[in-house]
Amino acid sequence: MAEPAIKRSDESNKIVDEGIDKGIARLTPKKIEQVINKVLAAETGARLKTYVGTCVHCGLCSEACHYYLSHDNDPKFSPAGKVKQTIWEILKKKGKVDQKFIRDASRIAYTECNLCRRCAMYCPFGIDIAYLISIVRRLCHMLGVTPLYQQDTAHSHSATLNQMWVKEDEWTDSLFWQEEEAQDEIPDLRIPVEKEGAEIFYSVIAPEPKFRAQLIYQAAVIMNVAGVDFTMPATPGWDNSDLCMFTGDYEVMGRLKKAHFETAMRLKVKRIVMGECGHAFRSVYDVGNRWLAWKMPPIPVTHAVEFYYELLKEGRIKIAEKYDKPVTFQDPCNIVRGRGLHDKARYVVDALCEEFIEMHPNREHNYCCCAGGGVINAGPPYKMKRIEGNKIKAEQLFAAKTRGAKVVIAPCHNCHGGLEDIIHHFGLDMELHFLGDIIYKIMEKPV
Amino acid sequence: MHDIYNFVSGPLVWVSFIIFFGGSLYRLISMAVLAKKKDVIVYEYMSLKYGLRSILHWITPFGTVKWRKNPILTIVTFTFHICLIFIPIFLSAHIILWKESWDISWWYISDTTADVLAVVVIASCVFFLIRRIVLPEVKYLTSVSDYIILAIVAAPFITGFWTYHQWPGFKIMGIIHILSGEIMLAAIPCTRLIHMVFFPFTRGYMGSEFGAVRHAKDW
Repeated sequence: MAEPAIKRSDESNKIVDEGIDKGIARLTPKKIEQVINKVLAAETGARLKTYVGTCVHCGLCSEACHYYLSHDNDPKFSPAGKVKQTIWEILKKKGKVDQKFIRDASRIAYTECNLCRRCAMYCPFGIDIAYLISIVRRLCHMLGVTPLYQQDTAHSHSATLNQMWVKEDEWTDSLFWQEEEAQDEIPDLRIPVEKEGAEIFYSVIAPEPKFRAQLIYQAAVIMNVAGVDFTMPATPGWDNSDLCMFTGDYEVMGRLKKAHFETAMRLKVKRIVMGECGHAFRSVYDVGNRWLAWKMPPIPVTHAVEFYYELLKEGRIKIAEKYDKPVTFQDPCNIVRGRGLHDKARYVVDALCEEFIEMHPNREHNYCCCAGGGVINAGPPYKMKRIEGNKIKAEQLFAAKTRGAKVVIAPCHNCHGGLEDIIHHFGLDMELHFLGDIIYKIMEKPV
Repeated sequence: MHDIYNFVSGPLVWVSFIIFFGGSLYRLISMAVLAKKKDVIVYEYMSLKYGLRSILHWITPFGTVKWRKNPILTIVTFTFHICLIFIPIFLSAHIILWKESWDISWWYISDTTADVLAVVVIASCVFFLIRRIVLPEVKYLTSVSDYIILAIVAAPFITGFWTYHQWPGFKIMGIIHILSGEIMLAAIPCTRLIHMVFFPFTRGYMGSEFGAVRHAKDW
């Protein structure tokens, strides 16, 4: 069983990625050593040292990782296995590693780990392996060796403060366009732009105006029907996403989160409510705020799942008729392991759907979608590797399907992207929806 | 022989205890100082409540999903770690030494019990060794140091068992037993055996992050 797995990983080594290859061509061993030691000295300390010194090489983290499980238990894909191939070696050699090593380290850190943090729940010592892999990413970023497509999103963030090169007028146009569209359905519907003092700043990720504009439409309908006092800004800072957090470009990550928080402050809102995105939540709630020295976000941040929970619990939206297809639910890592929203999500699903079928494992123990952590953003060169690297997810979905599930609900853009490919590639023939899709479809709307 | 015995059971005991306590304290303090300087985040997010919550789950046999999924490993690792600490402290032969040197003593286990528990520890070490050789995911991570550490841990129990049963050469084996115990104590702060000291902090920190910030379980 092990042989095909090794063959697959060998094939993935041959992937041509100009971002990585051209970055490597600019490096020399001396430069590598200098950068590594500078970054390690300036940015790492007790955590790195303690984690590396405490790991007893027991391998218990292995079964936590969907890459390991999906590659027929190939140890090179185990969490500690990936640490061994990267940061252990870097520390052992005191940064004296060559270009080929950095090429492999970059491939492993950016495209063979989603930073989903499941392994922290399987390591008896609670070693934060995602943190160790993040250090490798930071080193690769500082060396200029990042996957091309991922780096493109980082460039977009840097230039436009959003992920998808959306220009300022395109953004507001998208809002007005969706408002107009939705007014065909609800004539007095508004998407209030730049409304100072609104209760809620509704923030989304750039793919929504770029190619999933219907999500803005649906959110507007939900907000209007529920009578929510919300606004969306006309200025940069509207996008809550953050691929720089994943490339290791923490300086730009800081700029992004600062712009986001400052936009909320400028609009004098009481809180930020975010669309159904996991990584953006991680950035705003857990990572970006820390870079800006905010222990917790300076303004309350509510993820869509929690927001829908509030709306349903308070009866602000009513369900006309429950969704009749049997559904299963994908627990996204960044809002479940990252925010414990699994029970609220189940409340929402139960309120919306007639039949809910759990996938196993679930809640904090759910398998990652294999798209998050910037992996899907590494783009087409890695698409098949990403899909085949999550065979276990296909098996998990298939098991839910055999118990009757016809629809997968994934309240996260990355999960959505990842599962869409998996469902298609493995021929699972299941529908895939956001919670918002279902709420919009079945809620009571003014006639 | 008497000189060697006196040396290993006298000055070397002091040396090993000083290295063990002093070294462990040094490792702890230097970790705390470095964290204060470079990882203030750890102090900010460390939570007694959630840290302990996580630690308690992980030190309870079958208290976590991981332990439940690997029942044999769980039984072996818990038995091993408990015996490892329990036997040397409550062994009557050791307590006699304490009594002779310091005139202090406490409850002890019968020699037969100790004998059985020693076999359990040795068998556990064999289990860990086989695991390292046979399981690909463990073998991949294994370096020479892992075998050396395992040998350091197993040696006092093998030699102690040998000496107790007065097998051939037991007098020399007795000296090796004392020496190996000292090596093990001294090795704790100098090797990955430091996980004994660091466990509450690494687990506690992860428990704090999961509990206090992320409102999720980490077991």
